[in-house]
Amino acid sequence: MTGHQIAFIVAAAVTIVSAVFVVAARNILRAALFLAFTFLGVATLYVLANAELLAAMQVLIYVGAITVLIMFAIVLTQQLMGAKLTQVTRVKAAMLALVAAGAVFAFIAKTFIAPFKSADGMMLSAPKPADAGVLRQIAELLLQPYVVAFELASLVLLAALVGAIVIAKEDRD
Amino acid sequence: MPPITWYMYVSAALFCIGLFGMMTRRNAIAILMSIELMLNSANINLVAFSSYTKAHIVSVGSRSVDMMLSGQVFALFVIALAAAEAAVGLAIVLNVYRLLRHINADEVNFMKW
Repeated sequence: MTGHQIAFIVAAAVTIVSAVFVVAARNILRAALFLAFTFLGVATLYVLANAELLAAMQVLIYVGAITVLIMFAIVLTQQLMGAKLTQVTRVKAAMLALVAAGAVFAFIAKTFIAPFKSADGMMLSAPKPADAGVLRQIAELLLQPYVVAFELASLVLLAALVGAIVIAKEDRD
Repeated sequence: MPPITWYMYVSAALFCIGLFGMMTRRNAIAILMSIELMLNSANINLVAFSSYTKAHIVSVGSRSVDMMLSGQVFALFVIALAAAEAAVGLAIVLNVYRLLRHINADEVNFMKW
């Protein structure tokens, strides 16, 4: 058990536990706070996988923007903060959902993850070392082979921005 | 280094937690938060596989680029589209709240007949 693996376990535990609180917390504002912790844990996992750019983007966009956006939506849609916030449906339905989610997890573990346990020689190697060239290479990939998708993504973001403003704007007439 | 299956287990667990939240929550914002969890779990897998596979060097223009970094590029696109989805989804939630004074997803059925 190396230090790297211990760091992974800690980050994964933070991620999973706060994700459980996201779906189980009674107070929706608290769930949003735990969502920020989940995103930070995922960013740590990215760092441990030598994807520093993704970790920075995760912190900037998810922790910085999406969590704040969600909190604004919560504040704007709840007249009484913290009160009358029963979220969960019936207990029976929750039990059924738990069984279904557990079944999906078992299925994924059996069909998709188990084959990789013995796949050392196939295509997986030790993780690549982190070096400064990765950022340049991602930039080259974005602007050469994936340039159409890159430009379309900016178009989608613009359309979503305008659409969100139009949808959320109050009609005053 | 942790084996890649660890990343896959964390990702699968995160996905199933998001699935559970999506099935049980009534509040539309909570459902959106669960969807964000599921998108993140997909991203963990993309990033893990892109950094655990052997480098596949291709020359792009005059430079040499590791094509296996495509996984990280794809994760970047997922993040961008998740941001767009969150903005539009929360705008719709605000509008529903203005119309109905609640955002319980199971009671928003006025388009059904």
